[in-house]
Formats: sequence, structure tokens, C-alpha cells
Amino acid sequence: MNPFSSETRLRDMIRAIRACKTAAEERAVVRKECAAIRASINENDPDYRHRNIAKLMFIHMLGYPTHFGQMECLKLIASAEFPEKRIGYLGLMLLLDERQEVLMLVTNSLKQDLNHANQYIVGLALCALGNICSAEMARDLAPEVERLLQFRDPNTRKKAALCAIRIIKKVPDLAENFINPAAALLKEKHHGVLITGVQLCTDLCKVSPEALEHFRKKCTEGLVRTLKDVVNSPYAPEYDIAGITDPFLHIRLVRLLRVLGQGNADASDLMNDILAQVATKTESNKNAGNAILYECVETIMSIEDNGGLRVLAINILGRFLSNRDNNIRYVALNMLMKAITVDTQAVQRHRATILECVKDSDASIRKRALELVYLLVNESNVKPLTKELIEYLEVSDQEFKGDLTAKICSIIAKFSPEKIWYIDQMLKVLSEAGNFVKDEAWHALIVVISNASDLHGYSVRALYRAFQTSAEQETLVRVAVWCIGEYGDMLINNVALLDIENPITVTGSDAVDVVEVSIKRHTSDLTTKSMSLIALLKLSSRFPSCSERIRDIIIQNRGSLVLELQQRSIEFNSVIEKHQNIRSALVERMPVLDEATFIGRRAGSSPAIVPTSNSASLNLPNGVAKPPAAPLVDLLDLSSDDVPAPSSSGGGFLQDLLGGVDLLPGLNQTAISGTNEAPRTGTDILLDLLSIETSPTQSSSSITDILSSSQGDKSPVASLGEISSPPSLSTRATSAGADPMMDLLGGFSPNPPMPEDNGPVYPSIVAFESSSLRITFDFSKAPGNPQKTTILATFTNMSQSIYTDFIFQAAVPKFLQLHLDPASSNTLPASGNGSITQNLRVTNSQHGKKSLVMRMRIAYKFNNEDILEEGQINNFPRGL
Amino acid sequence: MIHFVLLISRQGKVRLTKWYSPYTQKERTKVLRELSGVILTRGPKLCNFVEWRGYKVVYKRYASLYFCMCIDHEDNELEILEIIHHYVEILDRYFGSVCELDLIFNFHKAYYILDELLIAGELQESSKKTVARLIAAQDSLVEAAKEQRSSISNIIAQATK
Repeated sequence: MNPFSSETRLRDMIRAIRACKTAAEERAVVRKECAAIRASINENDPDYRHRNIAKLMFIHMLGYPTHFGQMECLKLIASAEFPEKRIGYLGLMLLLDERQEVLMLVTNSLKQDLNHANQYIVGLALCALGNICSAEMARDLAPEVERLLQFRDPNTRKKAALCAIRIIKKVPDLAENFINPAAALLKEKHHGVLITGVQLCTDLCKVSPEALEHFRKKCTEGLVRTLKDVVNSPYAPEYDIAGITDPFLHIRLVRLLRVLGQGNADASDLMNDILAQVATKTESNKNAGNAILYECVETIMSIEDNGGLRVLAINILGRFLSNRDNNIRYVALNMLMKAITVDTQAVQRHRATILECVKDSDASIRKRALELVYLLVNESNVKPLTKELIEYLEVSDQEFKGDLTAKICSIIAKFSPEKIWYIDQMLKVLSEAGNFVKDEAWHALIVVISNASDLHGYSVRALYRAFQTSAEQETLVRVAVWCIGEYGDMLINNVALLDIENPITVTGSDAVDVVEVSIKRHTSDLTTKSMSLIALLKLSSRFPSCSERIRDIIIQNRGSLVLELQQRSIEFNSVIEKHQNIRSALVERMPVLDEATFIGRRAGSSPAIVPTSNSASLNLPNGVAKPPAAPLVDLLDLSSDDVPAPSSSGGGFLQDLLGGVDLLPGLNQTAISGTNEAPRTGTDILLDLLSIETSPTQSSSSITDILSSSQGDKSPVASLGEISSPPSLSTRATSAGADPMMDLLGGFSPNPPMPEDNGPVYPSIVAFESSSLRITFDFSKAPGNPQKTTILATFTNMSQSIYTDFIFQAAVPKFLQLHLDPASSNTLPASGNGSITQNLRVTNSQHGKKSLVMRMRIAYKFNNEDILEEGQINNFPRGL
Repeated sequence: MIHFVLLISRQGKVRLTKWYSPYTQKERTKVLRELSGVILTRGPKLCNFVEWRGYKVVYKRYASLYFCMCIDHEDNELEILEIIHHYVEILDRYFGSVCELDLIFNFHKAYYILDELLIAGELQESSKKTVARLIAAQDSLVEAAKEQRSSISNIIAQATK
């Protein structure tokens, strides 16, 4: 029966698939066909095999799985007939790749076919071997291929030569077997054999230095002669392309000569004349000619120096560069990149043209040109080149701006002759394409500004002006806000005015405007907003007249849904409202940022920098908060010893503040819990306080307490400094920043008003009593919520001396939750003349099953002596 | 070295794929999707080269088909353009003014011709005539086998009548 005319033919299947209107329809047709093919495979009918594989190849091209046909290919290859073998080998190459185990099974068939009497069957086997052979097959079949390199039929020889390339790439050890046969191919007249032979020699040179040496010695002259013959050959219609005889052969010969001439003066000398001839005589009005010139230029650039030839080559590139064809310009830029190492001056001459190419409408060309410009920049031309690039930045495509700004920033950083120029250029980039500037770049700018003390005023004024026009550029806003926060006073007073500047009139409120705009803009991301908040706090001290207004802006963020902003605004608001006297110390100007550290960090493998993109609010607390965290730490002068710490009075005040520390509002706790590890190690006392396993929230609150109680005779700042080793900057900032604020948070009262005494009444207890101190607890419960108890703790001093720095701390087991509200005071008058009260709110999750239990610790100063009292409270009334 | 050859229609349909470097099926699909996205969207006056994953893809459009070849960074892009054109001319001669439909219904022929032109990602033959001759010779071998088979089946059919 005729296998070419039954059931669905290949043609019919293709028609059916093409007629499908939807992907689902197509899938159905393919599924049906595949099922039929599988059935046919199972019947093992040799007559249909041929057609099945043809269909499978088409199905494979559409992207459906066809592995079940692989064995059928092997069967077709094993058949004796040419048509079966032909389609079998095609299927093999299409459906399999070299990594499949099945391929091993075909080695034997290949070996037989390589020895077949029919040259076309030999050709099929060679083709398959050349396209998909694996290393194992290469080893097994290399002798066959080697033999076929001397086969009488030229078409077999050329296929064998390309096969040999695949073999030596897979198994470089086999290269030496092919050196002599390959050299013999170079003497051939048949173009196909010559082309493949030259290619084989080129690849042999790449894998074997021995082969390179051999060809260089034995074949260079012959190759030069061959090239000469080809270049001067009369019109040959069979090989003619655009008036050139066999450009493919030209190109391969020139390329092999390059390999031979590279690093060898003698060989290079031999080829000078013919290269000059190719370079001057080749017509450059068609692509084929240009392809040869391109190859020739590359060879001239690579072989040993010959001044005259190089000039010729650079001139060709110059011509290419001004060509109207984009392809030619592209390769010219490509070549100039290589030429730059050989002759920088010559390439510099084309700078103007290359700069034009950066502005091309074609992305591929722009990219090449930009790379090239980057290589061309040096100290002497950095100014005009940067100017050009920045001017282009204004008009460039959006998708190109990223690459372009990265390169410009890198050029500016690398070659800037002086700081003022650096700052100027960066400002221009930020104003034009601030949204594309990488974090490293604007961080670097801040570091540079911070280090240029004479340019602080200039920078802040320039940034202020830039902000007026380009407020939509996020990174510009950040740098501007940072500088205004730091150097705001210089902005309004025109301090350190440079000769080149025009004085500007800016009031404090104008400066606050800038920050207000940036914090209120909905496009500003968390980083910008946090930076703005800090800047506001700083400005509130720099411009006391605007303090009121700044406070209003800060207060607006108290309700922010972003923890970072909410916390900061509450803290800052308290600083402004209640603690005028420490404010100026808190917001002193930052110490000069250390350039060396910054550069070192940038050079490090993974800089701790977050992507600029407006990160989703998901990763807010620990991710985006980092950059502004550093300023905050320094702002509080907590982390560096070389900075003058707040004056002793300020320190004492801080200590006082800490004395009153009790508890963070619940909202802080997540942020604080990050600090669990670090302080715990330093403070053993805490460990036993926490011996009743406390829940994370409570432990965190206790830890913050410890920060203050562990101070002993050390200054509070120092003790805070000690804890400045937590893993991430942001937690460090938060913990350090939050602490002194605890008491400041007085203005913020998260707890509901005291419930009326409607619930059951519990007797008061004396929780602790010693000769010098008594603590009583009064209980109340909100109606309807029996789990919650509010405890009013009253502390009374029974001794003759006043207690200062009084702190009460408490810890509870896991089933309880404890919230401590701020104490009424931290000073306890002597002789029971007054008392401190403090609210404790306890939630008992096991209400009715377990009663309350609490461990407490009291720290205070008595006659300037630190006293620590601890105890456990077990006498709570039942039913709480 | 040419790593792969792709023929993609203007609608993004794949008409021919030939891989000279090992790519898994998954990678192949990804490459096809990525490259058709990049190449099909490029404007007509732009250069014929696209830089992609450290390689260069040289493409040229003939009527509704894009011929793409992926090459190493140091290869000669202009020459690849010539090779593409060379292939198209051979197809044109073989089919007699080739169109996309020829390549759809006779995709295997397009592969056979490509196999006479390239092996192991390298050019094999610079003469169009030689390629045409070799293909014709193999086609006639197939025809001869067909005829022989149909005459045998005729003989069997007559004998079993």
C-alpha cells in the first residue's frame, strides 16, 4: 500500500490546523492527531512511520510535546531506504537534542551510514552528526569523519569538515587528528570545501595552540595566495554576489589570516599587501562588500602593527560611521570599540559623529554608541561630553533614559575634575531624569555635598532652584529635602555665596514649602516622605518662626497608615511640642559623611541599597526605611563618638526622659521587636526578669525599659550607643529614636478613658512592701470584657529621702498581655508625701482558668545610689 | 557560529526553527517568545541587529516572514545578512517565487535546503547552484523510491486480484 496517500495526509493535517480559529480548537485537532499517531506507532506499521514523523515535526514546531516520536525516528534511520532515512534524520535533528539518552542509540546507525555507498546517505549522516552530536558520539565517530575528509566527492568532504568542527568543540583532545587533513583542505579549488576547510582551520586554532603554530608556519603563504586569487578572480556567475566573487570565502580567509597574524610579526608581514588590497579595492556600495571590509578592518586591527594599514582601517570606519545605512553604522561603532584599545586618538577624532549616534532613533545603535562614548571619556573631554549627554537626556526616549543616566552618573563620578562641577552636573541629571537615577548615585551625591563644606550653601541654593522646576523627579526631591534639612539656614541667609551665584531671597517658610510639597505629594514614596519628616524636624529648630507650621504638617502624618511615618511624626511632634530645650541638640547638623566608607560599601558585593522604584508598601518597615534611617541615627547623635554628644544638661534631661520610660504604644512594638537580640545579650538582668516566658510584645517593651535601667553611672548617651549594633539600621534608628521619646509620648494617649466602676469590685492589694517602698494595686474592669483588667499602681516612698529616676517594670507569662501606660512622674517625694501612679492594663486570655501573676522590678536612685528591687506578685485577687 | 535559525511570521507564528546549540524545549519556547516580541516590534528603518543575552540576533524581513539568526558577539553581522539572503534566494529558486504558504506546507523542504546550507552553525556552501543540484538529486532519489514502491504495490495488487 502506498504510504503517501492514505488517511489524513500531512497536507490535510496542516490545513486542519490552519483552519482553527482559536487556540482551544487547535489544541483539539493536535490532540486528535497525536492520538492517531500514537496508535499508529503502537501498530508498528512501517508504511506510516514516514508520515507520522513529518506530522510530528509540524506539531513540534507549534510547541506541543512530541517525545513519543523519538524512537520512530531511530527506526526510520535504521531503514534501508533513502526517503525513510531522509525524514528520519530530519526528525532526529528536530525532535531530539544532544542531551537526550535516546541519542546514544543512534550512534550505530550513524556509523553504518557514514560508511554507506550512497553519498547522499553519507551526507545525511554527516549533517545529523554535525548538528546534534554529543561528546560521546564525537569520540566514537571521529575516525569516520576523519576518513571522510579525504572522500572523493567534494560535497561529502565539506560536510565532514563542518562535522569535524562540532567534534573538536565537543572534544578538544581530538583536535590533533584533524590538523593534517584540515591543512590539506586549504589547497582545494572547490569553494564549498575551501570555505569549510578554512572554517575548520580557524576553529582548530582556537582549541589547539599546536594547530595554530602548524597552520601559521605551513599555510599562511598559501592562504594569502588563495585570497589573492579570489580577490582578483574574473567574474564567476556561480559565486558572484554584487560583483564580488564569493564574499563568504573572502570573509573566512581574512578571518583565518587574522587568527594566524595575531601576535606574530612575520605572519602579519606576509598578509599586509593583500589586506591593503582588500581594504582599498573592495566596493563598498553593497552589503556584501561592506561585510568584507568589516572583516578586513577587524583583521588589520588585530594583527601586528603596521601604521599605514591602521590608518586605512580607521578611515574605512570613518566612512562607515557616516554611512546612511543603520547596519553599517552599527558595525562601525562595534569596530571602534575594538579600535579604541589600538588607537584612541584616531577614535577620538570621530567623537562628534559617535555622539550623534547616541541620539539615533535606533535602540541598537544608541546602545553601542553610548558604550563607545563611555570608553572615550577622559579627563580632558569629560566636560563637553557630559554636557552633550545631559542635553540629550532631555529629549531621549523614556526607555533609554535608564541606561543613559547610569552612564552619565558613572562618567561624572569617575572623571569629575572638581566638586562643584560634580554637584552641578548631578543636579542637572537629577532635574532631567531623577526618576531614573540609581540609589547609589544620589547617595554618593549627598556624601559629596556633605564633604564639601564650602559648597553647602551653594548646593542647597542650587537644589532649591532645581526643585522649583523639577519637583516631579523623585531623587532630586530627596537630595533637596536632605540638604534643606541640613543646611536650611544657609539657604535663607545666602551663606557662603559664591561669585558665580546670584543671591536669592528665600524665607524660612519658602524652605518649609519645599518640604511640605514633597511630603504631601501622592507620588512621593516612603523614602522621600521619611526624609521630609526628618527635614521638617531639623527645620523646626533652624527656623523657630516656622515651628508652629511645621508641627501642623508633622501632625498630619500622625494618622499615616505607614508605621514608619506614623511613629516618626508622633515622636517629632512631641519633640517640638514639649522639649524645646533639647531640640537644637537633637537636630544638629550631621557629621561629615565618610567618603571612604561609602565607597567601600559601594564596592562591596551587595550594597545594602534598596531599589529606587516605588516599592510596594509590603516591604516597608525594613526595606525602604533604610536610607533615611541613617540620618536619623546621626541626627540624634547617638552613634558616633567623635560628634559632640548633647551637652551634659541635655544628657541629664535625656536621662530623665528615660527614667519615665515605661512602654511603647502598641504600634511601635513590631518595629522594636527587631531589637530583641542585641540588647538582651548586654543585659542579664532582663533575662531573669523574663524568666516567665513573656510574649514578644511584652519582651520588647521590657527591653526598651532595660535600655534606661542599665545605664548605671554611665551617661545615657553612651549606654544607648552600646546598643547601636542591631542588625539593621532601621531598627537601630527606631529603637534608639523611640526610647527617649517614650515619655514624650505623653501627648499621645492610646488607652481609652478610664471605665466607670460598673464591673465587679475587687479588693486592692499591697503588691510590694519594704521598709522604704510600698506599692498598692487597685483593680477595675471594663464591663462586658472580663478578660481585661486595669490596674492602678500607686508607689509610695516611706524613706526620708527623695527617689529619682524611678522606674517600674513588669513582666507576665504568655497567657497574659500587659500594657503599661506612662507613669505620672519619675520622682517620688520622701516620707509618703506624695506618690506616683501608673496604669497597667492586663488582658488575661485564660480568664476564669488562671489568675494573674506578675514579676516586677523597680529601679530608682536614692541619695545618688542605684537601687534595684525585684519581686513576684502572687496575691492578686481571684477571678481577674 | 550561528546558534539558531528562526523563521517567524509577522503574526508571531513559528515557521522554522533550527538549533545548533543545545537548548531545552523550555528554553526554546522562551527564546521564541522573547525574540519575537523584540524583533516584530522594531521599526522598518532600524538596523537589522538586536543585542540579546550577550548574543546578537541578525534578522531580516522578507514579505511576511522574519528570518532570524543568533550569532556570537564577535561574528560578522553583515555576513549573516548575506547568508540569510543566500538562503532566501535558494528557497526562491526551489519553490519558484517562494511565499509563506510554500514554507508552511513544505516545511520539511525548507529544512532540507537549510541542511545543505548550514551544518554545525557554519556555512557549508556558497554556490546556490550546488545547493539546488544536491537537493534536486535527493528529491529524485525519493521520487524513484516512491515509483518503485507504487509499481511493486501495483504488481502485488494485480497478483492478488
